[in-house]
Amino acid sequence: MSKPTRPIYLDYQSTTPVDARVMDRMLPFFTEAFGNPHSTSHAYGWEARDAVEAARAEVAAMINAEPREVVFTSGATESNNMAVKGVGRFFAELSQKAKRHMIIPVTEHKCVLESAKALKGIGVEVTWLPVAADGIVDPLAVKQAIRDDTALVSVMLANNEIGVIQPLAEIGAVCREHGVYLHTDAAQAAGKIDIDVSAMNIDLLSLSAHKMYGPMGIGALYVRRKPRVRLAPLFDGGGQERTLRSGTVPAPLAVGFGAAAKLVTDETTSDHTRIRDLRDRLLKGLQQRVADTYVNGSMDQRIDGNINIGFAGTDSEALMEALKDQVAISSGSACTSASVEPSYVLRAIGLSDTDAHASVRMCIGRMTTTDEVDVAIEAISSAVAQIREQSLSQSERKLG
Amino acid sequence: MTDAVYLDHNATTPLGAAARAAMARAMEGTGNASSVHGFGRAQRKIVEDAREAVGALCGAKPANVIFTSGGSEANNTVLRGIKAERIFVSAIEHPSVLEAHPDAVRVSVGADGVIDVDALSALLQESGGAALVSVMAANNETGIIQPLDQVAEIVRAHGTKLHVDAVQAAGKIDIRPVMALADVISISAHKMNGPIGAGAIVVKDGVPFQPLIRGGGQERRRRAGTENVVALAGFGAAAADALSGLDTYTQIAQLRDQVEAALADNAKVYGAGAQRLANTLCVGMPGVAAETQVMSFDLAGLAVSAGSACSSGKVEPSHVLLAMGANASEAAEAVRISFGLGNTEADVARVIDVWQTLHQRHAEAAA
Repeated sequence: MSKPTRPIYLDYQSTTPVDARVMDRMLPFFTEAFGNPHSTSHAYGWEARDAVEAARAEVAAMINAEPREVVFTSGATESNNMAVKGVGRFFAELSQKAKRHMIIPVTEHKCVLESAKALKGIGVEVTWLPVAADGIVDPLAVKQAIRDDTALVSVMLANNEIGVIQPLAEIGAVCREHGVYLHTDAAQAAGKIDIDVSAMNIDLLSLSAHKMYGPMGIGALYVRRKPRVRLAPLFDGGGQERTLRSGTVPAPLAVGFGAAAKLVTDETTSDHTRIRDLRDRLLKGLQQRVADTYVNGSMDQRIDGNINIGFAGTDSEALMEALKDQVAISSGSACTSASVEPSYVLRAIGLSDTDAHASVRMCIGRMTTTDEVDVAIEAISSAVAQIREQSLSQSERKLG
Repeated sequence: MTDAVYLDHNATTPLGAAARAAMARAMEGTGNASSVHGFGRAQRKIVEDAREAVGALCGAKPANVIFTSGGSEANNTVLRGIKAERIFVSAIEHPSVLEAHPDAVRVSVGADGVIDVDALSALLQESGGAALVSVMAANNETGIIQPLDQVAEIVRAHGTKLHVDAVQAAGKIDIRPVMALADVISISAHKMNGPIGAGAIVVKDGVPFQPLIRGGGQERRRRAGTENVVALAGFGAAAADALSGLDTYTQIAQLRDQVEAALADNAKVYGAGAQRLANTLCVGMPGVAAETQVMSFDLAGLAVSAGSACSSGKVEPSHVLLAMGANASEAAEAVRISFGLGNTEADVARVIDVWQTLHQRHAEAAA
């Protein structure tokens, strides 16, 4: 095994490299085919529009939706803001029958939580749903929390920190039965598990291209047409994207997103198996070499590549610092990874501040090799040992 | 499209060489700019270098630059995020300003396409209370430049905030003086030979606003969402190019002026007497629908547009031309020819030829 020139990348939930096949399809649209897809008067515009529409169909196919149900956005954060605030504003301000209640688990992505909190000013009340110790939402708890004025339930398909998969089909059935919209943040799930908006009764679904080997700067919101889902736009203007989302659609990024989605749709299950095997190899390797570890979140209901693991007696900052030239991992989600607060997701599944601080997230991806996993196991286990030794000698010095 | 000539630079521009190179370099990397590991820190540096270049273009500190997904988001962020009891906008603003606040008071413009500053002054006088005024630096359909020094003076006298949509102006004129006059401006990368999918608001210190997109702590908690690193690399390079090319950009006016001079006798030129961007020509052919003209241009391999790209699928006449006193049929006869880097004298000759031929054919048919 040769020493890697760059650190091994085990942070595929933060972002993914653009797949070479995706890049090939995108590149022409940055250069010769550069037109504005909304220019209707010339071939430059038509060419870009046709490419955007083909991409829309590819994204739709990935989630078993119709192309016209897919609205391009700048990314999942915008999609989540659009869904939560859009439904919130529609039912609080524009609808005949005011509905001002939402149900949201406490382990949702920050942008869902923040969007819901921002609706307080227009009187929207939120039931913050707890999750079990394995991180899973109980569909029965959702059902019990539904009120006459509930407009929206928003439950992520897979968690960005602990990778657990929520029982969306069951939650979807509950929501449909009660006539409540179901939104799901699928940014971390797309490409990792099969998504079927029809079978799961999903009304709104957020996607991000850069979490699935597509480019940054583009995402989508699926908005069901039958029965029609109503929401107020997050921003207005030229009326692109069927007036739901104004702004010029970046054609090269849309093409890349479509290409990435097509890879997901066409991919055989062998890549899932390969990633799961590598993840299990990584986990087993670490558990064999390091004592006092704990895995956070359900191992059964979990996306293939994710591990969220605690090394008792260490802290994630020190571990990442020790590994910085060898392995790229993270202490939680990238958006909040500069923060010193313990992960609210880990706190929500019952970890103490100390245990949360001692936990790190790793994620295997499409480009990860067996060699990389083996090198990572060695590097991480010796870094943990080193940190534990240091803190032991520090406490001995204090005692002495 | 070997023989094709692109004359729709106000809709979008081709990527410049520097932007393309910067983006190609950025594509080599991976990682999320907010991640603390080495991959993430390398991405962070690209983002911060871009922020510096964009700040320099606007004469602002990097910390005052907040990246967005583009001009429409930037305008919506300002119009929806700044607390104001009343909002005043010029009647010729971009839809992303007008639609963000349909209740905003619209300030009229003259036949020359320039905002009526006396009307603005009178409106602010009777309004009282905290207000926001939004006036674009240069119009996207006509290229007409607004007298922002006068606007800013009035706005300041009333203790009001000033937003300037500088999307079409940035890269075409020096927007550092614009930033000096405004509290906040909006810009977009793809109008200045950068990529689609990146824009910014540039905010003076101490101007508070509510974020439009919430979530992670990116952009100093003022705009959540993973940074679009590759596009921002291109934005930064395009901004640096635009800044260093400001002196030579005005030479594009020679191309525009030749076309204008050749057509002027038979055409209605919008904003002919006003200060305009060097590249924009909004011109009406009496009696001939814009769609017909655009089609003739397209058959000849010339890409022009009937109004702005965002609304060019709609049949409504341009709100900009109507606001300048054109009637609905006149407005429906106007096309926009917007030049850019790479256009040549040969392109000028082809534009004139297509226009004159169509005009003549129509005149003969009418006779």
